[in-house]
Amino acid sequence: MASTGLFSFVGGFAAKLIGSGAGTFFMVLGLLLLVGVMVGWFGEVINEGLQGLYNPQVERSFRWGMIWFIASEVMFFACFFGSLFYFRAYVIPWLGGEGTSGVGAFTHLLWPDFKPEWPTNGPARVGGEFEPMGAWGIPALNTMILLSSGATVTWAHWGLLKNDRPQFVKGLIATIALGLAFVVLQAYEYYHAYTEMGLTLGAGIYGSTFFLLTGFHGFHVTIGAIFLTVILFRALRGHFDPDHHFAFEAAAWYWHFVDVVWLGLFIFVYWL
Amino acid sequence: MATVADTHGAEHEHGPAKGILRWITTTNHKDIGTLYLTFAMIMFLVGGAMALIIRAELYQPGLQLVDPHFFNQMTTLHALIMVFGAVMPAFAGFANWMIPPMIGAPDMALPRMNNWSFWILPFAAVLLSATLFMDGGAIASGWTLYPPLVLQFGDALPFTIFSVHLLGISSILASINIIVTIFNLRAPGLTMMKMPMFCWTWLITAFLLILVMPVLAGAVTMLLFDKFFDTSFFDAAGGGDPVLFQHLFWFFGHPEVYIIILPAFGIVSQIIPTFSRKPLFGKNSMIFATAVIGFLSFIVWAHHQFTVGMPVPAELYFMYATMLIAVPTGVKVFNWLATMWKGSLTFETPMLHALGFLVLFVFGGFTGIMMSQAPADLYYHDNYFIVAHFHYTLVGGGVFAIFAGLFYWLPKWTGTMYDEKLGKLHFWLSFLGFNLLFMPQHFLGLAGMPRRIPDYAVQFTEFNQMSSVGAFIFGFTQLLLVYIVYKCVKGEGEKASGEVWEGAKSHGLEWNLPSPMPYHHSFEGVDIQKAVADE
Repeated sequence: MASTGLFSFVGGFAAKLIGSGAGTFFMVLGLLLLVGVMVGWFGEVINEGLQGLYNPQVERSFRWGMIWFIASEVMFFACFFGSLFYFRAYVIPWLGGEGTSGVGAFTHLLWPDFKPEWPTNGPARVGGEFEPMGAWGIPALNTMILLSSGATVTWAHWGLLKNDRPQFVKGLIATIALGLAFVVLQAYEYYHAYTEMGLTLGAGIYGSTFFLLTGFHGFHVTIGAIFLTVILFRALRGHFDPDHHFAFEAAAWYWHFVDVVWLGLFIFVYWL
Repeated sequence: MATVADTHGAEHEHGPAKGILRWITTTNHKDIGTLYLTFAMIMFLVGGAMALIIRAELYQPGLQLVDPHFFNQMTTLHALIMVFGAVMPAFAGFANWMIPPMIGAPDMALPRMNNWSFWILPFAAVLLSATLFMDGGAIASGWTLYPPLVLQFGDALPFTIFSVHLLGISSILASINIIVTIFNLRAPGLTMMKMPMFCWTWLITAFLLILVMPVLAGAVTMLLFDKFFDTSFFDAAGGGDPVLFQHLFWFFGHPEVYIIILPAFGIVSQIIPTFSRKPLFGKNSMIFATAVIGFLSFIVWAHHQFTVGMPVPAELYFMYATMLIAVPTGVKVFNWLATMWKGSLTFETPMLHALGFLVLFVFGGFTGIMMSQAPADLYYHDNYFIVAHFHYTLVGGGVFAIFAGLFYWLPKWTGTMYDEKLGKLHFWLSFLGFNLLFMPQHFLGLAGMPRRIPDYAVQFTEFNQMSSVGAFIFGFTQLLLVYIVYKCVKGEGEKASGEVWEGAKSHGLEWNLPSPMPYHHSFEGVDIQKAVADE
């Protein structure tokens, strides 16, 4: 069932991309199916957990599973960060004529005026004039927000460990609120970039890497916030105790992971 | 089963569910292993049929059967289907069937996810095959999907990319499951260093998959953005670079070929000791060699791109790093040979295939060393020499190991011996057909015949004809394999004992179990501690 949903989702998305009207329908259908299966699947796992069917060994399996899932996510971002470094360290200088025995010799003939600098939209000035995103406005604020959300989620964990339910719930609510604030601010930043700065996906390599990296990160923040919201509702229903709270820990790990990725983004995409 | 106290509740008492639902909803590692293997077999035949179209066209110079665009679609899909649809799922099938019994576990650690990781595959295959029937046909850029060429394909592109995404998700989920199973579900006393080689090689394979599949997903996502969302990742005009895709692809692609070959090493490391009636020689060094190969696979990728215009220091680095791989691989090969040294050898079908693997893989390895030299590679690049090289390693290595493993464990799975006469026939026809198919391609390549072109100069005709005849022999021999497996599954043949192979008990926990293994709880009534201690 989950596969059917996933299939319908990606199939629909692909059909939409090539301009078929039915694409959107299948995409939405697939997404709903996928979410439905997830709810059913995880719901069953939660119920089994509540009935105490899981021994420490099973819980350990879940932990290892989550750890390696996050490891694969790390590599997904490593791919994009690696690309960014490659563009900045190699491609732009080559396009500017560096390395006369290699690529630079040809590109310099093609684009003799190109100055290798960052940010850039490339020798052909793809997308026209644009203004790069500064680091010390919204991005700095967002850094503060995510860092404090990392602290609040840990505070919630401490609350859970000493069985202080109000602290646990408050910590979760604060974390989710900060996460949402982050997403809203980023949406505003994107809107600003598109409408006033000429900074779009089409703005050459700077726009491409900027939106790819921050966009996938924002997507992960959204998923993390949804994950934490589910945890919050479970907490309100009295789930979790100081010894058994794998799902909370998994959500917290995931949250710290998106936090760390953001630090990388702030330094390499916005700041330097 | 009923004689042993079952503390796991009534639902485990009954056997498998009936009918098609059993296969759709199963969370049983044996069922899922069977699904993987069946899927792999079907895809192997589909991908094989595409290869035969290619070889039929190449039987004569000139254009006879298919037009060049369709020819290129065939080379592309043949590769994608064989790599992602046939070989990888086949090894995943072995992992599912054999890792739990080898480590004394009742099942995989995350059985529901196991079901999902299989069932993503057929949908990915449908998505990929459907592109054949779209406007403009399937992707025809070769399986490496290099831009800017690949960005010129129309409707097929997003479907192919999403199919790759699905395959990636499936592999990552399966790998997580395998790692968790091996870390967490080993029987007490079965330490990591005591674990069978097959589990070790799969453990390292799973790490490779988890680390490189997301990079491929990222790279094809960037292709998708370049095509549909205006970005300039692979477009120099916007400050991007098409060569970056090659770096990302091969950062995935090189570990990927080890993902294919490491489980093959594992299977062969199980088989050779059994039929030599000796323990595996230098097992610790085998484990370290596997780990070193896994590590090296991450730092040699650009030897696939020697001709792309990299800076000279980079070429030198990748050349030297690549040659290093020969060291751990040599350790493995010599260990296998030393295992056989003074053993009391017998040559049943699995052993024949394992030896076939050894010969063919070493041959493919040697041609690999030839191509690791950057200056020489300028001449080998993109011609039939490389085609011959990677088929010797991936088919001669990977697929022959799959055959070996299949004959080795089939009696354990089904409780019935396969037909030994037909098995041997299958080996010899495959081995001869294979060599007739790919050996001449070395000479074609050295003489300058380019790959991925449906036509060639007349002086290449004889070697191409030999190659095509070999292809049809090798291809149709696989129908014999289907028949042998079918007969065995039907139960036509001698009953297999629990140990199956003489003295096999000392070579793996799985041989302490009855054949076929019980559907649930393989180890019901078996003293695991004693079995572990005996090993």
